[in-house]
Amino acid sequence: MINEKYDLKKEIEIVREDCLRPTRRWGRSTQIWIGCLLIMIGWGIYCYIHQLRQGLGVTAMRNYVSWGLYISTFVFFIGISHSGTLVSAILRITKQEWRRPITRSAELLTFVSLLFGGIMPIIDLGRPDRLVNLVIFGRVQSPLMWDIISICTYFVGSSVFLFLPMIPDIALCRDRLTVCETRFDKFRKWLYTKMAIGWKGTKTQWHLLEKSMTIMTIIIIPVAVSVHTVVSYIFAMTLRPGWDSTVFGPYFVAGALYSGSAGVILGMAAFRKLYHLEKYITKRHFDLMGRIVLALTLIYAYLNLNEYWIPAYKMATSEGHLLEDLFYGSYSKLFWTLQFGTVLLPILILSIPKGRTVLMISITCIIIVIGAWVKRYVIVVPTLLHPFMPIQEVPKDWSTYFPNWVEFSITGACLAGIFLVITLFSKLFPMMAIWEVEEGLLIEHDRQLAIDIRLKREASERVINIEKLNGEKVSTEVEPIKPTVITS
Amino acid sequence: MNDDLNKSRRNFIKKASLAAGITLAAGAIGIEKFLSAKSVPKKKTLVLTPDGKVYQANCGELKEFNPPPVSNLEARKGIPNKKFVMVIDEAKCDGCKACTEACQSMHFIESDREWIKVFKMQDSESTSPYFFPKPCFHCDNPPCTKVCPVNATFKRQDGIVLIDNERCIGCRSCMVACPYSTRFFNWSHPKADQIAETGNMQYSPELSLPRRMGTVEKCDFCPDMIRKGLLPACVSGCAMDAIYFGDQNEDAVTNASGVTVKFSQLLEDNAGYRHLEDLGTEPRVYYLPPKNRKYPKPDMNASGKELNQTEMKMGDMRMSE
Repeated sequence: MINEKYDLKKEIEIVREDCLRPTRRWGRSTQIWIGCLLIMIGWGIYCYIHQLRQGLGVTAMRNYVSWGLYISTFVFFIGISHSGTLVSAILRITKQEWRRPITRSAELLTFVSLLFGGIMPIIDLGRPDRLVNLVIFGRVQSPLMWDIISICTYFVGSSVFLFLPMIPDIALCRDRLTVCETRFDKFRKWLYTKMAIGWKGTKTQWHLLEKSMTIMTIIIIPVAVSVHTVVSYIFAMTLRPGWDSTVFGPYFVAGALYSGSAGVILGMAAFRKLYHLEKYITKRHFDLMGRIVLALTLIYAYLNLNEYWIPAYKMATSEGHLLEDLFYGSYSKLFWTLQFGTVLLPILILSIPKGRTVLMISITCIIIVIGAWVKRYVIVVPTLLHPFMPIQEVPKDWSTYFPNWVEFSITGACLAGIFLVITLFSKLFPMMAIWEVEEGLLIEHDRQLAIDIRLKREASERVINIEKLNGEKVSTEVEPIKPTVITS
Repeated sequence: MNDDLNKSRRNFIKKASLAAGITLAAGAIGIEKFLSAKSVPKKKTLVLTPDGKVYQANCGELKEFNPPPVSNLEARKGIPNKKFVMVIDEAKCDGCKACTEACQSMHFIESDREWIKVFKMQDSESTSPYFFPKPCFHCDNPPCTKVCPVNATFKRQDGIVLIDNERCIGCRSCMVACPYSTRFFNWSHPKADQIAETGNMQYSPELSLPRRMGTVEKCDFCPDMIRKGLLPACVSGCAMDAIYFGDQNEDAVTNASGVTVKFSQLLEDNAGYRHLEDLGTEPRVYYLPPKNRKYPKPDMNASGKELNQTEMKMGDMRMSE
């Protein structure tokens, strides 16, 4: 017998309200936050115009270190974009029920980091005005072209992957937005109506949505893997010591998944706190995601070992000079801090249950994400400073590299852009897939019902057995099980 | 503001060049009048026109013909039936950098980069140091052209690797792909004096001029000189006769003094080799080892200070073979 007090409709209504509430009000703090981001972006645009007019010479890059912060950030952002696929697609495919409240933020992170990750190489171009040459004279033999093709494919795929499960929620926003007094509300109504593309929630529509989601889930995983593999190929296809490595593809994919899922946890923690979603994104979610990050860190650590230990054992001449610099030369502090801070420390913290509290996991993930960014830099820059030909009699600034204010400003603007798009998105659309959470509630409800029925049947069978044994009547009252929200 | 500056500069250059032109023309007319007044007997000569007719013409009427640079399509094909090679004799090189200087002035290269750079090399601490002039190797298996996404850098049938700076998008993939650090990027606008000197040139990949900001450049084996039947600037500029240049198909290479030797014989007699052979890039530049050196070996300790430049680490000095 199901608990009479439990009302499924009421529960669903609460979920809807909780999810739509952040889209109703643009508080003062939101406005200040958006203002700050816009200032950062504005400054970045100014710096970029400066760079366009004066050339890339305004950056700290010179002829030896001809790829610097921009390309490192490109690799980092593309890495972060792997979060959405992992959490959303892999957990969907394996039918993990707990994924429901976190898929939206993961998919959004993928979309946004890809958007800005894709911009980074364009910022790094000497002649962005000739971008069209890639279409006119494009050569598929170039690893850069593989990057463009796979990143564009992944971007389109992940946009669809983000948009498809949003349709029922946008339709809900459309239907709930009844009072349109301000111009902004009118704009929102128009936006929701356009984006809901006539969703009415009919049986055919649901069927189509589910079918296309299944197809997208399967397609997006190999595409995501290919993206970071070919990103590593722009390095691994050269003869340079440190990049000339056969393990680079899987190494980059592992690094991407590990930093990406850490990024998802940070997103979860932020939205949980800001939009009061503690009821939905629970400690259990953090615990489970913490385990995933732990597993990915272990895989990453294993590939890391292969990447450094194999050449370090041999110490072949040119590779040896690079490794000497990394192990006990000018990059040693950075290198060992990264190895201990982003590989050993997360393993230690996340492998003990007490380390998997919300706070501890969030701190670990901040370290992982920042560390992953610095790690990209350590992959790109020291190799360029150790070419086959000795660096002799060149201007002083050619033989060293540290990003200057132009590079920091433009990269900072891109980061601000990521935050801005996420903020605007979360203020327009629900940050949890409402219908998916509802579906979870229904499934849970059905499960509870089934348990209820089974318990009742078992109890009555027991009664009959006891009656058979003792020949006396037993009360058939069963303690009803209180259905709980799926996430607990 | 910057535009204004640019405009005024452009105007200035225009006016200045106009004034210079007028002065020159006036001077030329004066000289001609002076010469004709002396009534030098007009020397006649036979001239063959492009359509095969023979004319008799006054010598004074003839002008030196400077063919316009070849078209982009022609520059991409290269000179038929040729395979250009360079041989650098380390035994003869004394590290004077005359090759670098000749190259720099020929191609209007700014002082921060050297298309042919003279390295001081020491393969290990126990082996003898030597001078190592390094142009672009124009590899037969070039790692740079492979990675170019827009085919802006290409390998020609005559073995030369060139860059089309009207197509280059400035991604710098070729720079990171080149194992010999041969490619340079135009990080900023060319300097004003260079614009004045090269700005009016008609661009051709064979000329590599005028420079353009945001594109890559490198040693081009002077194809414009080769077309005129001349040696590249570094070869003719080498006072030590250490650099030979020629055609592998003809099996002949020539140095600055005009001495032509058999390419294969030169390599055989002197145990010629290619730098970093194991990378498999198949360079078109060969080296002769510094055996029986004719000049003092480089002083490895003096390096760097001379040009107050980067401090070198011993680790970087040793070459990887």
